[in-house]
Amino acid sequence: MKRPSPRLLLACVLFILLALAPILASIVGNDYPLIVLTRVVILATAAVSLDLILGYGGMVSLGHAAFLGIGAYAVGIMTAEDVTSGFVQWPLAILAAAIAAFVIGALSLRTRGVYFILVTLAFAQMVYFVGVGLDAYGGEDGLVIPTRSRFGILNLANRTTFYFICLACLVATVALVAHLARTRFGLVLRGAALNERRMRALGFPVYRYRLAAFVIAGALCGLAGILLANHSEFVSPSIMNWGRSADLIIMVVLGGMGSAIGPLIGAMVFMLAEETLSHLTTYWQLIFGPLILIFVRFARSGLIGLFPERSGDG
Amino acid sequence: MSLLIEQTLNGVQLALLLFLVAAGLTLVFGIMDFMNLSHGSLFMMGAYFAATFVALTGSFIVGGLLAIACTALLGLAIEAIWLRPLFGRGHLDQVLGTFGLVLFFNDFVRLVWGAAGRTLAVPQFLAGHITLGPALTYPVYRLVLIGVGLVVAAGLYLLVQRTKTGMIIRAAASDRDMAGAIGANVTLVSTFVFGLGAALAGLAGLFAAPLLTVQIGMGDNILILALVIIVIGGLGSIRGAFLAALIVGLIDALGRAYLPELLRLVLSPVAASTAAGALSSVAIYILLAFVLLVKPQGLFPARGAR
Amino acid sequence: MVRTFATAALMSACAVVYAHAEAGKIKIGYVNTFSGPNAFIGNDEKDGFELALDHLGRKMGNLDVQMIYEDDQIKPEVGRQVTEKLLQSDKVDVVTGYNWSNVLLASVKPAVDAKTFIISGNAGPSQLAGEACSPWFFSASWQNDQTPMALGELLNQRGVKKLFVLAPNYAAGKDMAAGVKKTFKGEVVGEEYTRWPGQVDFSTELSKVRSVKPDAVWVFYPGQAGAQFIQQYSQAGLLGQIPIYSSFTVDALTLPQLKELALGHVSTQEWVQDLDNPTNKKFVADFRKKYGRYPSYYSAQNYDAAMLIASAVVATAGKLDDKDAFRAALEKANFQSVRGKFRYNSNHFPIQDFYAQEVVKDPQGDYTMKTIGTVFTDMKDVFYEKCAMK
Repeated sequence: MKRPSPRLLLACVLFILLALAPILASIVGNDYPLIVLTRVVILATAAVSLDLILGYGGMVSLGHAAFLGIGAYAVGIMTAEDVTSGFVQWPLAILAAAIAAFVIGALSLRTRGVYFILVTLAFAQMVYFVGVGLDAYGGEDGLVIPTRSRFGILNLANRTTFYFICLACLVATVALVAHLARTRFGLVLRGAALNERRMRALGFPVYRYRLAAFVIAGALCGLAGILLANHSEFVSPSIMNWGRSADLIIMVVLGGMGSAIGPLIGAMVFMLAEETLSHLTTYWQLIFGPLILIFVRFARSGLIGLFPERSGDG
Repeated sequence: MSLLIEQTLNGVQLALLLFLVAAGLTLVFGIMDFMNLSHGSLFMMGAYFAATFVALTGSFIVGGLLAIACTALLGLAIEAIWLRPLFGRGHLDQVLGTFGLVLFFNDFVRLVWGAAGRTLAVPQFLAGHITLGPALTYPVYRLVLIGVGLVVAAGLYLLVQRTKTGMIIRAAASDRDMAGAIGANVTLVSTFVFGLGAALAGLAGLFAAPLLTVQIGMGDNILILALVIIVIGGLGSIRGAFLAALIVGLIDALGRAYLPELLRLVLSPVAASTAAGALSSVAIYILLAFVLLVKPQGLFPARGAR
Repeated sequence: MVRTFATAALMSACAVVYAHAEAGKIKIGYVNTFSGPNAFIGNDEKDGFELALDHLGRKMGNLDVQMIYEDDQIKPEVGRQVTEKLLQSDKVDVVTGYNWSNVLLASVKPAVDAKTFIISGNAGPSQLAGEACSPWFFSASWQNDQTPMALGELLNQRGVKKLFVLAPNYAAGKDMAAGVKKTFKGEVVGEEYTRWPGQVDFSTELSKVRSVKPDAVWVFYPGQAGAQFIQQYSQAGLLGQIPIYSSFTVDALTLPQLKELALGHVSTQEWVQDLDNPTNKKFVADFRKKYGRYPSYYSAQNYDAAMLIASAVVATAGKLDDKDAFRAALEKANFQSVRGKFRYNSNHFPIQDFYAQEVVKDPQGDYTMKTIGTVFTDMKDVFYEKCAMK
């Protein structure tokens, strides 16, 4: 009988704690912590989706926020056009993000290294400016989303219900990414990140595997975008600002690349660090900036590195 | 006709401002294979220094020179303290490390100069306008900016093409290890290039301060455009950065000048303005993506590079 | 962005006990721009509001006033987030401030959902005056279209036939341009909308103005962008060549930068510092004494906003939970306005006068505004009939 790995235990503890959060909020009698936590959970979903390509696939995309924007805008635009059913909205929004990821990925993956970083940034900027140019949907002012997606009797306007939906999406995303990582698909992806030539020599169509990963990551991030639009009841181009893409990368690296649970921790710690530092001083970035550098230099395995992958290790 | 000339001048003026920022970025990229997101912060610091020193000395020229010197020193300090450990690391580490620097400087500026930002007026002796032809007048300040930009571009070109330092820069850009192997002091040259790049960013900040207002985050947008320019032009190529800056500046200015007119045939004035602004920006990124996919070494690569 | 949320999370986790409205106290959330080049607008509005609190002895009726200030960074999504934080975490009784129409439009829904009154100290987007009007929203300023409508009328009076229109491309810019076009009877020969708030270099637009040669130019560039525009207009050699008129561009905030460039500049406004009524005289004198500068319409409106809230607190004897009574009291607007008179239309926007004003030098050599005429009397906005509230 194998003991469960520390990481799996950690994941379970985290999810149980997250699931108990609404009870805490109801004791406190204040919805606000729940609103904050919902946002953390949504951005964690986006970070986990980025980890699939960044952590496992070694593809440094500086444009992942574009898919967040596409998912969110799809919901915003459909609501503005009176399509409010979630059964229609959500699949279409995910499809839109996936198609965009396919096009962007198919082109970007022809490049390597720094060129890949820049071309993903370029595509994200293009999507950003398309958002700016949508005069009918608010342009730079953004778009107020008057009603959340409708799912029959499920009321997304209820904060607790919505929180659990977001949490379910996060758990599903983490499970999917963790599962993919263990399949042959994940092995090829990781292998190609380490040594592309060898994977090619072994006969794997590396480009196709990468593109598939890019599309899945884009679709999952689109899902996070759908949630974010419903959460904020508002969407504007700044949702896909390039700084947001950089934030997502920081979350992934902070938590630990190539571990489905790492980015979740990274996202939580990122917001907590932002928080505690900003409480000590308004000038929190003065500390956070150098911290990132120190982290990059000395702790590249991320916070998840504190928890060995298998029981018995380290 | 005079409108076209005037709008072209506007594009050239924007292009030269962008070139001043892009020049340092492309040289560092070329020599050190280093992606420096914090270059925009140097531009911002240059503007803040300029606003401070011009107010302090009461002279645009003296204050401006002080600002450029301070930005250069700051650039050298950043290189020594913060960036050197990142040389030779992967691009991901470089992106993260220098993005941390962007965050640092945005708050540093808030701490030192306050959240509200600063203003710097165009100096009195440059505040006028001159007549260039029938129905064509142009602000002196913008003409001076064009002049300074052209002089700097020519100077940089000579430096890179005609001097020993330039030879090392070119050698390092095409093959760093080889340049080191034949005895060139690549580290010293890269430090020099860093200081020079910072000084140019400071110069850009000085000239941009009256046009763009001095504010937190002012370097972020210009950084992205500078990145676009150095890729289109070819990493490490001064000539490329210059020509790419012209392309980007002209697309932006002429796009904003003439696209609304065109779009107004089918859209309302507000929608046409919105779409035109967005389209000119999108066009720039489409060009970038096109270059990256079709000719990744850039439209005007440094000779011998790759 | 994330930060404000997380801040509130911690704070509310620690300080649960204090979450609910305490007796003897009114909590007012105040959202405005306190960072970036336009922070001087937010600070001026805050100064006006604070001066009113001074005059009230920092009490409204028998309730102590607790202010909570939040920075919207001139971004709609940030404004919405801090509004939500004020409502859900701080449990404020009223939210106010709101200089920008796009920020206000994004922030109204959380307030309405939380059944909390939201009172604009400046922004007056057309949507909120018409179809999207709300029993929870009140304006202490004007509807966006009105001030430029007065200006358009002034242009007619001055015989302008060909006008070039320039405004930033956001909610208020569109309203303002629509406003001037509603009353201006001549031909609009050019119309440009620039990126907001990012674009402060107007070279492309100024070149177009020169080539079109209109009789006059009208602009709406609030805050720092306004100072930039007028300076660049002068540097391009257009000042003195083509007359320029503006709305919310040349004011007490930008005059210290513009100085003689703006001398003689004519615009319209619902309040001018020389309005002859006792409340205004006291306001202007005390403002100048406390802050050492002239107040602007921004601070004047926010002074009124504070007085408006105070009047409702007094009328309801501090019973903040009786929202219907509080609304009825706000609708009565029973307070002394710096505008001399203040009454509400059915859509919760004021019915008021609009004046023509001109930049002059005062005896001390400072630049300020002088009333030179009344353009509209008891003006209602043009959207109130579309509002469901009657």
